[in-house]
Amino acid sequence: MTIRVFYFAALAEQVDCRSEELETDATSASKLIEILRARGEPWRSAFDSRIQIAINQHLAGPADSISDGDEVAFFPPVTGG
Amino acid sequence: MKLIRIQQEDFDASTLLTELRSDRSDIGASVTFIGYVRDLNLDDDVKAMRLEHYPGMTEKALEEIIDEAGSRWKLSGTAVIHRVGELQPADQIVLVAVTSAHRGDAFAACEFIMDFLKTRAPFWKKELLQDGSSRWVEARASDDEAAGRWKE
Repeated sequence: MTIRVFYFAALAEQVDCRSEELETDATSASKLIEILRARGEPWRSAFDSRIQIAINQHLAGPADSISDGDEVAFFPPVTGG
Repeated sequence: MKLIRIQQEDFDASTLLTELRSDRSDIGASVTFIGYVRDLNLDDDVKAMRLEHYPGMTEKALEEIIDEAGSRWKLSGTAVIHRVGELQPADQIVLVAVTSAHRGDAFAACEFIMDFLKTRAPFWKKELLQDGSSRWVEARASDDEAAGRWKE
């Protein structure tokens, strides 16, 4: 399946990527993180920090499932306001 | 009425309140919170702040927070304006305005919306330093605690 992945703020800078289209068989956010970490540095350490997950623009947890066409985003804890 | 605006430009609270009240006579109270860029606990070498957000999700997250507030309290109107891009110390950064028949609902909803905005709306602040470098602001545990007290 194909998904769109977005990275924001410090995380986007660490991995030097803001978005990508990904062909993957990851069925959950945590499986996707495993796959991204397996790319080696800087991906591995970037995901060592506390990361928030959004699936289709809603905050999600690591166990939440991913389907074809989904928009998944990873970012550091938010600091607005 | 629900107003959600993500913008670079500054905003005027009184214009916004007039818009939010829109001549309704059943509104008994409005509560407005405005947040500013402060240099109080920033180091001396910070000259500006840059705000990044997640277009699309930001608006959805704010709408969900406003709807949740609307289910807890009786509200007439709610507005959230959040600025993005580069801001200077003392600039206005965020506004939350709530109107209601009674002040109690407006006070509580305004604080609730602000607490959840700080922990659930996808904005990130970066401090720009005098020497040209920059650093991301870290999330604070006290903000999680502030949002957590609304659970019951």
